[in-house]
Amino acid sequence: MFDQLSDRLQATLSEVRSRGKLNESDVDAAMREIRLALLEADVNFKVVKSFTKSLKERCLGSEVLESLDPGQQVVKIVNEELTELMGGTGRDIAFASAGPTVILMAGLQGSGKTTACAKLARHLGEAGKDVALAACDVYRPAAVDQLVTVGERAGAHVYEQGTEPDPVEIAGWALDRAVEEGRDVLIVDTAGRLHIDQDLMAELARIRKKVKPHDVLLVVDAMTGQDAVEVAESFAEAAEFDGVVMTKLDGDARGGAALSVKAVTGKPILFASTGEKLEDFDRFHPDRMASRILGMGDVLTLIEKAEQQVDEKQALDLQEKLKRDQFTLEDFLQQMRQVRKMGPLSGLIGMMPGMGAMKQLKNADVDEGELDRVEAIILSMTPGERADPGLINGSRRKRIATGSGTKVQHVNQLVKQFDQMRKLMRQMASGKMPDPQQLAQMAGGAPRPKPRRR
Amino acid sequence: MATEWQEIFDLGERSLDSVEQREAAGESERAGVFRRLRESLSKSRRALVEEISASLFDRIDEETWERLEEALILADVGAPTTAEVVERLEQDVESGAVSADGEAVRDRLIEILAEVSANGRAPIDLSGRPAVLLMVGVNGTGKTTTIGKIAWHLSKEFGLSVVLGAADTYRAAAAEQLAEWADRAGADLVRSEAGADPGSVAFDAVAAARARGADVVIVDTAGRLHTQGNLMDELAKVRRVIAKQIPDAPHETLLTIDATTGQNGLRQAKVFSEAVEVDGVVLTKLDGTAKGGIVLAIAGELGIPVKLIGSGEALEDLRPFDPSDFARALLTP
Repeated sequence: MFDQLSDRLQATLSEVRSRGKLNESDVDAAMREIRLALLEADVNFKVVKSFTKSLKERCLGSEVLESLDPGQQVVKIVNEELTELMGGTGRDIAFASAGPTVILMAGLQGSGKTTACAKLARHLGEAGKDVALAACDVYRPAAVDQLVTVGERAGAHVYEQGTEPDPVEIAGWALDRAVEEGRDVLIVDTAGRLHIDQDLMAELARIRKKVKPHDVLLVVDAMTGQDAVEVAESFAEAAEFDGVVMTKLDGDARGGAALSVKAVTGKPILFASTGEKLEDFDRFHPDRMASRILGMGDVLTLIEKAEQQVDEKQALDLQEKLKRDQFTLEDFLQQMRQVRKMGPLSGLIGMMPGMGAMKQLKNADVDEGELDRVEAIILSMTPGERADPGLINGSRRKRIATGSGTKVQHVNQLVKQFDQMRKLMRQMASGKMPDPQQLAQMAGGAPRPKPRRR
Repeated sequence: MATEWQEIFDLGERSLDSVEQREAAGESERAGVFRRLRESLSKSRRALVEEISASLFDRIDEETWERLEEALILADVGAPTTAEVVERLEQDVESGAVSADGEAVRDRLIEILAEVSANGRAPIDLSGRPAVLLMVGVNGTGKTTTIGKIAWHLSKEFGLSVVLGAADTYRAAAAEQLAEWADRAGADLVRSEAGADPGSVAFDAVAAARARGADVVIVDTAGRLHTQGNLMDELAKVRRVIAKQIPDAPHETLLTIDATTGQNGLRQAKVFSEAVEVDGVVLTKLDGTAKGGIVLAIAGELGIPVKLIGSGEALEDLRPFDPSDFARALLTP
């Protein structure tokens, strides 16, 4: 997500680090770089100004100048200050003790409200909640249809009355119905509106008054520039939002808007939307974000994802097999499926510590289609072949290629890669870290990482 | 002088007689629309000029350049382009090419900004028969709405027959949204079921336009983040499929950029352009407080000019881009 920003900060600070001791002009140079990096990351100009000011004061303080490793000290301070700026620990939705918990979603046009509503519905549904969605965007053509489709896909009930009634009335009606039907959560989708459109902002305030939401969430596009601050301030005034959902974080926008909004309104970012699929939606962890900005990786998120998807017993079995070098293509298939359940591989790589700095991995375009092909090839093998790839001779290769709709060289490639991987596993089992080039090959499923088109 | 619609479309050999007739016929109804537009424009322009002089150029000193940098950064122009523009202006003042009084410096700045934003300027090429216009962009930037408005202008003001191709088969209800616009604009719609191959919809839309002898076919595509390699490949395929129907089509590929977009807009333009050869930008949602300054970097660095601007939900809120107006607006606090 924020990897480019972290690269920049790391580049600047590694210079300081290599010099050993730093003086005031070092600090100034570092601040200039940090200032530029933050501006390029779309952090608001005024936020950048105050951030670098307090950063500089701390960096010039005795704790840095007298420390043995000033570079390290600067990294630590930037980390702390960024954490401070991003806010403390994040929180999930706070559920009401009785009756439906009402969540009101608001934001500019095109920020991704409707999709975020469905994703949030799915997220809460996963937690065992019975969720209903209210379709109050009566302005954008076909917005109601969109909510009905994605809402149902998310397993939520969608309450809609078409586009004729007043949105305030629809919201009230939906709340009554949610109470009547005993839903746990009601998420109210509203039309996108400009923060300077007084009529629509007044309407939002009326919807708010009508449904008395427990949480008002502002949906903010991660690609937003300097304007994020104005938008957040206006919505804070009219809708008194409680938290933020950042969308489109799967792009390469540096997402400085997240820092700006938090710094200016003091409202925490609760959720991050990170992909096209409904499950690409996570709690946002501000306390982990600073580490991530500095390229320290987001190990906690990775572990959590793995915990959700990986069966513990299976994992233990696998560990045994690895130790005894009995890892088969069948195990590989299962592993691959589990990992893929965790989300797009490119996202996972970004979460691994140190990976931000590994250029060859970052540019490895993880081709999900390639993985589909690998799956098809393995599925076309007999159980015997899966257990012992050594069996696969020329005529078997031909049969497997035909069966999986691929070519013989694809089958060859897979068998070769699997062989390499077993070697790698043996290395890892004996406690050595694999070399990143090999890892990239594994992740990409291709012999050489393909440069991503830029 | 604001850019007119006639100037932004290259209609080739098509006669504009029908356009003039329509204009005459619809004069009274349209007068209201244009008066409103003119009034709002001249009002904001007056306010603009006053504010620029008041806030930035009341005296020329070291701080002037800093205030100017701040204004441009806050307009999302970005640090590199801002530095270039300010440097040029500073040199002009130092060399005496521009006198060091507020008004002259301001006028020169607007000139420079307009010049940068007009880099690579060309009309929207609708000379083909049918002319194929492909619309691309990231999610939520206003592709479908922009297509609806362009279709309306072409159909209602220029009297051209328009076919819309709903090749956004991914987002739920995208085709329904486009259908409503087709209805308003009096355009034909070619669509398929959700999840269909976008290339085949584009192919069918162009084929239908050829069969019906339509003037223009506009192909809508699903919003996609430029970082998703497979979706960008899909877009390139849509373009290739169109070219199979008409060799030099699409004649015009427009990228929608949301005015609230920050520095990422430059990457969007770059990556989309690599995938589908973008000819121009439609800068949408200028009715908020965002200035859309990133298009300056897009025009300056990539030579992809803005061609249309969108400033609201109403039909008349889509307008041809005017470099000078835009340059002035960038500097309004």
